[in-house]
Amino acid sequence: MTTAIENLASYLDSFTAFEKRAAGQDLPWLRKLRADAFARFCETGFPTTRDEDWRFTNVAAIARTRFQLPPMRTVRLATPEIAPLRLPGAGARLVFVNGQFAEELSQIPATVNASSLKQKIANSPEAVRGVLGHYLEIERDPFTALNTAFAEDGAYLHVRRGTVLEAPVHLIFISTESDQPAMSHPRNLLVFDDESEATIVEEYFSLGSGPVLSNGATELIAGENTTVSHYMVEREHGEAFNISTLRIQQGRSANVASHSLLLGGGLVRNNVHPVLAGEGGECLINGLFVGHGREHLDNYMYVEHASPHSSSRQFYNGILDGQAHGVFHGRIVVHKEAQKTDAKQTNRNLLLSDDAQIDTKPQLEIYADDVKCTHGATIGQIEENALFYLRSRGIDEAAARRLLLLAFASECVQRMRAGAARAHVEQLIHDYLLSLAQAHGPRSEGQEPVEGERSLEEVG
Amino acid sequence: MSLLEIKNLHVTVAGQEILKGIDLAINSGEVHSIMGPNGSGKSTLAQVLARRETYQVTRGEVLFDGKDLLAMKPEEAACEGIFMAFQYPVEIPGISNTYFLRSALNAIRKYHGQDEMDAMDFLPMFREKLKLLDMEEKLMNRSVNEGFSGGEKKRNEILQMAVLEPKLAILDETDSGLDIDALRIVAKGVTAMRSPERGMLVVTHYQRLLNYIVPDFVHVLVDGRIVRSGGAELALELEEKGYGWIENEARQSAPASV
Repeated sequence: MTTAIENLASYLDSFTAFEKRAAGQDLPWLRKLRADAFARFCETGFPTTRDEDWRFTNVAAIARTRFQLPPMRTVRLATPEIAPLRLPGAGARLVFVNGQFAEELSQIPATVNASSLKQKIANSPEAVRGVLGHYLEIERDPFTALNTAFAEDGAYLHVRRGTVLEAPVHLIFISTESDQPAMSHPRNLLVFDDESEATIVEEYFSLGSGPVLSNGATELIAGENTTVSHYMVEREHGEAFNISTLRIQQGRSANVASHSLLLGGGLVRNNVHPVLAGEGGECLINGLFVGHGREHLDNYMYVEHASPHSSSRQFYNGILDGQAHGVFHGRIVVHKEAQKTDAKQTNRNLLLSDDAQIDTKPQLEIYADDVKCTHGATIGQIEENALFYLRSRGIDEAAARRLLLLAFASECVQRMRAGAARAHVEQLIHDYLLSLAQAHGPRSEGQEPVEGERSLEEVG
Repeated sequence: MSLLEIKNLHVTVAGQEILKGIDLAINSGEVHSIMGPNGSGKSTLAQVLARRETYQVTRGEVLFDGKDLLAMKPEEAACEGIFMAFQYPVEIPGISNTYFLRSALNAIRKYHGQDEMDAMDFLPMFREKLKLLDMEEKLMNRSVNEGFSGGEKKRNEILQMAVLEPKLAILDETDSGLDIDALRIVAKGVTAMRSPERGMLVVTHYQRLLNYIVPDFVHVLVDGRIVRSGGAELALELEEKGYGWIENEARQSAPASV
């Protein structure tokens, strides 16, 4: 574990300085939450590949780098700089630069009860007490502990009972280039009261280059009979480290969709952890990850069924080119009381090069006796038959490849509800795959002909 | 100048010679049929003309409209005016038929320096072709060939041909596996496409399709060689007597193998 804690002193300095100025340090419960989390992080250090949950993802590069908290609000972005990041049709926009709320770039109409978490802690701490840190478990993951230790700013959203927000709420997290490696720990608290409905888009973006760590964590509490769509859009540059954790707490008959889109980033870990706590809850866990170069994209799903008659659907599609490495780790836990659970998991992968790699690992833990759980994974390549078919109709090879990639990705898009958020991510996928198809020339001579798809499926 | 001129074509697949010297000329306005038993090389010939890269041409040349066809990529051949209706049309989940077909048409138009066709111009023409093939428009909003019956897939091939209007249409066993109703619809579509500006190469195992699409010339392919050519009546003779007699004849006249 020596490598894991090599920069502990640096984190200790950061935390000591943070404790002195952080909002809400006068609140004993919050001070304790942060202190306990930091203690937990010091105890475990960063995970290593000996940890089962991190078997395929080596975070030594993160542990090795001396990340610092950025100074307070020194970076100012002009509105035109974030214009390309806008989501047309968004109902509210909260922008965070290096983890800190940028009010001048944000737009929150009076109809949306949202603010920065820091403001909320300062102005009405009672609103977050008992909720913040209540669902994310610091014992589960050192990165969650680290995030909680530094939990201060991020988005706070409260959708009241029976309220329907038609337009999506867009949360933008921008990392900028700096002299020394910077870290940020955005913390989001999204609360949906009973019978409310809303769409949230959480988007991570990095400007410039150089190592940067974005370690975000979101608590999403969906009350009874709510309908919530959450989009995680991650499109950082090749030197960026992005860890994100989404913890969903679902009440009775709550219908939650989590859509993850990983479009670039040096090392990306996407944790999604829904707990179907109320009876009859439904959860869709949908994702697309596209990697090229030497990118590493890890998806860690932990789906907990804790009540009867709940259903979960996991669909993750991966496209990997170059020497990219993808991971899909899908764990489903069905608790003893969760009878009549219906859980399904599918992971499909397309490898575009001989050096691209995917590790896919299903893991079922079932303690109830009347459940239906299935999982399956496929690994394939672009089908030469389909490519020839398109080309034989006049479509050139690059365009044909792009069409086939889009077709593969569209399976994920089809699962999203029609609207502004879907249109936004559809455009992002479209543009990203176009650049990927153009970078990917025709196969060179002497390469192995295409093998068929390998497929494994189990029913339990 | 012929539309298509094949001279002494030799083709190898995985080290095995499949076509052993094909000579064939097709003029615009003519319908030629290639018939032959299984494994004679019929489909190989069709696929080589559509420029499938898994086939290796070891000798010979093919001129299409005076240009070297064998130097073309599949998309170039398509843009120059070659269309092959697949024996086994490919299913492509996630791309709608309409989008696919409009992309193909616009790729070809772009190749010829023409403007792309927008949806407004495309749809009326497309609907007319759908009617010709007795196809429903809502089928076209579904993914390419996905969940289509065998007959629907073959009709979809002819529909694509009708939209793309090639100079040379190659039908690779389009009749195989079709019931009589589907066969009639397919034949009606193909017949409507016969024109003085278009050549056709109908590859088939059975004579049945040729009742509806009467060819100008019939060629019999046995073991990689055209062993006999004639008019439409040759197809009837084959229907009556089978391929056995012609295979025997071919074996006797073939040069002794080394």
